[in-house]
Amino acid sequence: MTDMLEARSESDTGTPSVDAPESGAGAPSAASRDAQPASRTRTEKRAAARGRKAARRTESAPQARAEVIDIDVDPNDPLLIFLQTAPGPLEIGALPSYSPAVTRMREQGVQMVVPLVTSGELVGILALGPRLSERTYSRNDKRLLDSLARYAAPALRLGQLMREQEKEARDRERIEQELHVAQLIQQQFLPDELPELGGWHLSAFYRPARTVGGDFYDIIELADGRVMVVTGDVTDKGVPAALVMASTYALLRSTADVETSPGEVLRRVNELLIPQIPMNMFVTCLVLVIDLQTGSTHFANAGHNLPYLRRGGRVTQLEARGMPLGLMSGSVYDEHETVIEPGDIVLLYSDGITEQHDRSGDMFGFGRTADLVAAATSGDDLIDRSVEALGVFSADVDQEDDITLVALHRGRSGGYHDTLSFSVPSEPGNEREVMDRVAAVAESALPLARLDALKTAVSETAMNAIEHGNRGDASLEVSVLVRRSAETITVEIGDYGRGRQRDPDIPDLGLKLAGLQTPRGWGLFLIEQLADRVEEFTDGERHVVRLVMRTDDDIDGIDTGDSDTTEEGARS
Amino acid sequence: MSLESDVTQRGATAAIALRGRIDRDAGDALDRAYTAAHGIAPQVIELDFTQVDYINSTGIALIVGLLARARAQKVTVRAAGLTAHYQHIFEITRLSDFIEIVQPVGH
Repeated sequence: MTDMLEARSESDTGTPSVDAPESGAGAPSAASRDAQPASRTRTEKRAAARGRKAARRTESAPQARAEVIDIDVDPNDPLLIFLQTAPGPLEIGALPSYSPAVTRMREQGVQMVVPLVTSGELVGILALGPRLSERTYSRNDKRLLDSLARYAAPALRLGQLMREQEKEARDRERIEQELHVAQLIQQQFLPDELPELGGWHLSAFYRPARTVGGDFYDIIELADGRVMVVTGDVTDKGVPAALVMASTYALLRSTADVETSPGEVLRRVNELLIPQIPMNMFVTCLVLVIDLQTGSTHFANAGHNLPYLRRGGRVTQLEARGMPLGLMSGSVYDEHETVIEPGDIVLLYSDGITEQHDRSGDMFGFGRTADLVAAATSGDDLIDRSVEALGVFSADVDQEDDITLVALHRGRSGGYHDTLSFSVPSEPGNEREVMDRVAAVAESALPLARLDALKTAVSETAMNAIEHGNRGDASLEVSVLVRRSAETITVEIGDYGRGRQRDPDIPDLGLKLAGLQTPRGWGLFLIEQLADRVEEFTDGERHVVRLVMRTDDDIDGIDTGDSDTTEEGARS
Repeated sequence: MSLESDVTQRGATAAIALRGRIDRDAGDALDRAYTAAHGIAPQVIELDFTQVDYINSTGIALIVGLLARARAQKVTVRAAGLTAHYQHIFEITRLSDFIEIVQPVGH
């Protein structure tokens, strides 16, 4: 970096003037002088006389003032190399005439150039115009300037470095802030939890890329009881993509209120999006509308990846194609229909998985994705395997794009066979009543060991709701909802607290026996160990813990310690 | 009272037959039972859970407290009559690492 510091006297004649005021400043006009009254005090008269004198001097003296002018020096200008090794201040005539910068300096009256060199690096140039006294620069002047340069150069370099660092810090902060804002926008629109769909199980995984893409997914429960499942991907990254994603999300939601045909939803959203989407940006989007009772599924596609369907051991894709949203007005989207049979698994996914590269540059691709679908035993299993496989595949490689996976698993029979809803006051001991009433619904669906596990998990959850959620206030009730389908027993226990009270330590018996942990603190541990899945969410002012136990015969492969969060990504 | 107990001696073993629930209300009863059993000066205290139908996390904490007390007094603790479910809980909490699980006498 080279700073150009230049000062010259601005004078048409070159005549220096030391004390000349700005033209007209402080000098009354002749007309105003004539108009002044005779009764002025002596002081006022003296002041007026000084003003007149100054005005006369201004009229006769040349205009002169110092100013900084700006000359850009091209980094390749030979002047820079020349000055790097220059012995000290130099007359303009001693500089290489073939330098464009020297030409420009001559044009602007520069007479003396002082290179500012520190640690062998030219960090600035001090360019001076003619002396105000009209004399040439003396040897003493040059010595003084040389001395000045020796002190000024390192100070200037220090200032430059600080300025560079501050700029870099500001740039980094701005980029980080932008990414943070984009992530906040994007995650604001992802579902906090997935709805419980009788006899169906939804699993989802989303992990943003470092630079934030525009993936989104949504589950919309329609007024007619069907469910709309949406996945999409906005091209581009950062805040613009996040804003388009938010806009698309809102348009899809509002359109779903009045139109449930997937093709028509896409058509309308496309028309609404086109006027507001930036140039060169578009949105791929897949919409499925599912009848949970029959499995009848209507779907349409706006340029998104084709979903995979696993039936038995066979994997196919749900074929539907259409123009991405936001590209072309008048686009229409063909609607297709299929039936998702009991036991089927459907995977919706973004290109963050298929287009991820490994160290050697190979893409994960559709083949590997289809293989994962073929091997899946459930939606959760599919997502867990996919995340793991992708992690192994792309070890030591940055994630290139957002990764979104939504798995939809239809159980062997849809719908709930039994539902029980009740509440109990928040009094100690009522957790046993909750446990017994839940057991009455679940006992015919679960083998004894799993029924006992559910009973303890329910008892502990209810006790937490009574003691912590509702703080033992008997006027507050603990609500309980039990649903039994062919595949699952789902128990939702609600209170008016702020969430599960996390113990500060994972219970460790060795530490407890050594007196390093309290003997208590086993409740959440038991719940998480004994239930197949534990979720929590808010419903209005209630905090709800949902316990899920599978009733499948094939439960050997179920990891009862499975949590619902995988790596850094969010799993719903 | 959620928990009742009888203490009997079998050689160097003091057997505590527990009846009822081990929960927040069982603290005093369990404490009294242990004190009575330790008064017999045994080398081993055997907790018989055959007639215990409910143990919750507070009950587990009480058993941990009893175990800590016994270990400080160099007394071995055994557990008899646990259902498969509570055996599983003893395993996942690692109580079974410190308490030998045995069949109750007569089984």
